[in-house]
Amino acid sequence: MKTTTRKKKKAFVSTDVCVACGSCVKVCPMKAIEIRKGIMAEVSAEKCVGCGKCAVECPASVIEIREVEL
Amino acid sequence: MKKKWYDYLWIVSLTYLILGFFNILSAWLGLLCFFIPLIISVATGTKGYCNRYCGRGQLFGLLGGRFGLSRKKDIPGWMKSKWFRYGFLIFFFVMFFQMLWNTYLVFAGVREISQVVTLLWTFRLPWHWAYHGSLFPQGAVQFAFGFYSVMLTSTVLGFVTMILFKPRSWCVYCPMGTMTQLICKIRK
Repeated sequence: MKTTTRKKKKAFVSTDVCVACGSCVKVCPMKAIEIRKGIMAEVSAEKCVGCGKCAVECPASVIEIREVEL
Repeated sequence: MKKKWYDYLWIVSLTYLILGFFNILSAWLGLLCFFIPLIISVATGTKGYCNRYCGRGQLFGLLGGRFGLSRKKDIPGWMKSKWFRYGFLIFFFVMFFQMLWNTYLVFAGVREISQVVTLLWTFRLPWHWAYHGSLFPQGAVQFAFGFYSVMLTSTVLGFVTMILFKPRSWCVYCPMGTMTQLICKIRK
């Protein structure tokens, strides 16, 4: 049997430039993002489905959707 | 997603801006936008105000998003750099204290009250129609003019960057946001 690696999309935050405004949290349909200690946004890789809504919304454009191998 | 009561605070922000056209003394209410975020960040170590309650952010989100007034382009790199964000915070502070100094001069009776709203720290707009006399000291009235100038200036800046970049671009360099994030970092 052939083994295939599945690829999934996930959101990644460049934490050092995140301003922790919380715009991403508001648009996330999966409730996968939270603002940790008022410093940066944190994405739960388990909940994130890689839809990219947060990346579009982020005023600083510091969220990137990347493909990850599972 | 079900809307909560705090998702409608943009109405409060909009009302505040409109009230300033009719009665300048209402500008005092704007102090809430200064103290609430600070209290939340100091007490809980979060940016709860930005994340939930900021009516101004909601207003930009609405106008730039649903009303389509934003180009939705990326903000330039320098605008999200720490240099610019903290530099703008310092500049904002200096201008704020200058406004407080002018208020003090009126309080002390050294200077006459000036019924103008200073836009972008430069343009003095006549605003006498919003002052109908008051029982409060002249200095308190001067503060209202000065504080409304701060609020209107930041709204104009936020509006311009909303159009040019993403709806909530103001959040990137908002002095209150930078300050509360700094408090959270120190508190950690």
